[in-house]
Amino acid sequence: MKKILLMGNPNVGKSVVFSRLTGVNVIQSNYPGTTVGYTKGQLKIGQNEMDIIDVPGTYSLSPSCKAEEVARDMFFNEKPDLIINVLDATNLERNLYLTLQILEHNIPTVIVLNMWDAAKRKGIHVNLEKLNKITGINVIPAVAVTGEGIKDLVNIVNETTIKKDKQLSKIPKMDDSEKWAFIGEILSGVQKIEHRHPSLLEKLEDASVRPLSGIIIAIIVIFITMQVVIGFGELLINYILDPLYYQYYGPFITSVVENFIPTGFIHDILIGSGYEYETSFGLLTTGIYVIFAVVLPYILSFYLVLGFLEDFGYLPRLAVLLDSIMHKLGLHGYATIPIVLGFGCNVPAMLSTRILEGKREKFIAATLIAISVPCMAQTAVIIGLLGKYGIQYIFMVYGTLLLLFIIMGSILNFLLKGESPEIFFEIPPYRIPHMGTLLKKTWMRVRGFLIEALPFVFLGILAINILYLVGIMSALSNLLAPIMSQMLGLPNQAIDALIMGFLRKDLATAMLAPLNLSPTQLVVACTVLASSFPCIATFIVLIKELGIKDMLKTVVLMLFIAIITGTILNLILN
Amino acid sequence: MITLVELKNGKKAIIQKIEGGPGLKNRLEVMNIREGKTIRKTCAAPLRGPVVLEIEGCKMAIGQGMAKKVWVEEI
Repeated sequence: MKKILLMGNPNVGKSVVFSRLTGVNVIQSNYPGTTVGYTKGQLKIGQNEMDIIDVPGTYSLSPSCKAEEVARDMFFNEKPDLIINVLDATNLERNLYLTLQILEHNIPTVIVLNMWDAAKRKGIHVNLEKLNKITGINVIPAVAVTGEGIKDLVNIVNETTIKKDKQLSKIPKMDDSEKWAFIGEILSGVQKIEHRHPSLLEKLEDASVRPLSGIIIAIIVIFITMQVVIGFGELLINYILDPLYYQYYGPFITSVVENFIPTGFIHDILIGSGYEYETSFGLLTTGIYVIFAVVLPYILSFYLVLGFLEDFGYLPRLAVLLDSIMHKLGLHGYATIPIVLGFGCNVPAMLSTRILEGKREKFIAATLIAISVPCMAQTAVIIGLLGKYGIQYIFMVYGTLLLLFIIMGSILNFLLKGESPEIFFEIPPYRIPHMGTLLKKTWMRVRGFLIEALPFVFLGILAINILYLVGIMSALSNLLAPIMSQMLGLPNQAIDALIMGFLRKDLATAMLAPLNLSPTQLVVACTVLASSFPCIATFIVLIKELGIKDMLKTVVLMLFIAIITGTILNLILN
Repeated sequence: MITLVELKNGKKAIIQKIEGGPGLKNRLEVMNIREGKTIRKTCAAPLRGPVVLEIEGCKMAIGQGMAKKVWVEEI
């Protein structure tokens, strides 16, 4: 098996090329740092089988963050047979620096000039023949999102990996200043740039980072995002999913189960007290309902909007605007990206903290996300529970969480030694999202949610039923009753929900529904649930990303904060 | 010579000197921020936030502390 590495600067479209070559779908976005780990895929042409690895983007082979370290280590340790070096054709000068570093190590390399269409639009002309002559290796122009040039790439990759005599570049080793001088020489011979007036999109790019217009744009973007996510989610629930569940699925599944198992424990576990009740706690009734008709619609609408913002290139600009505030919380602007991802699901958010440079920052970001960024699954249930009492209650929950975010960030920033490093990153140009890619990405994320959620929701319902049956629940309720009633002002039964919170937050929040809590009690319970324990999936990622010691710190902090916040809220509201 | 922080928004300038250790210099250099390059300062983000600049059509955000170490001559 041949081994091929896809390498290049961040945000040049390596993941898009990777998907095109292997058919393996990976998340692609328009900002540096989308790929933080690596993905493997296969390409097979006749007898020639190749492993292709999508490596995180890097500007050089001397890393400045974890994702870049991954790239360097793979380059030196994987012993690749071929490097596919993806370049952004609109920015050759900077991209070629890495190319020269790669070529020094005598590994066969192919150059892909991606975003060829954008370069043409910008008035950039590149003489491919000359570039090929100077570098001594194959140069392929491509537009990876539409698939242009991929066929040529596949052919050349196939030929190069089969050939016995390796085609290596004859460019000699150079030090840094020689490299830049050489790049200047190459470009003066190869590239011609016509002057074009800035397009409307380019003007919008600048307006989004200027202080005044930037803040106005940010407020508009956030407002529209909330409106679309909630509006589209509600639309799906009210007009499609609720009718489907109550009119067709519910009666159908009930009659099927009752036909085979009319009564008993299994019957109860499967359909609970009946599909008519949202909270019957049957696997096939509530389990299915919570996932498909409460949470899924919001997940779908959130990821559609998030995907659009990602592909358009908006998020890094929000990061620039928020940088100063983030520094006061022990973070820097780029932490905005994991935080925004966290509103979808905390798991990818934790993974993406890898784009942050320091250990301190990573710890603060992970802790703040775990405590005060509720995932979309949880948000969906909170909207379902509190929405009917009025929007002010939802604001109470999110306002408290925002306050927690700011207070916790300030405290951690004060307590933990060190300073967050300065922000320094490339801001991608605005690009009109490619519909196909956007839909595919949304589908991957929705599918990811289903694969992750279904087993845990089922497991959770099963566990709750069994714990009740064995009597552990009542023992726990009695044990923790003082905390629950004295401090949080909640009935003892709410403890079930808090325990379930460790498995799945959406299911746990849904368990509050049958308790007939007052709106203010619901606010307390929802806030405590959101800020306490991370769900099991997040918990596992936290161990991997922070190590056991730091993860334990985070968890202790979370429990402590959740109980204090809940108590204070209870005192104020009730 | 003035620093990137002092350079007015919208102005073009040539980078003259980058202070600081080899680590910082190298990080800036691999992003094509190096002596002799022409840059344009787009703006600075609110509350003494990062400086946004443009080199060869590519936009970058760079923190105040780092921006103070980049000396330029306005053109």
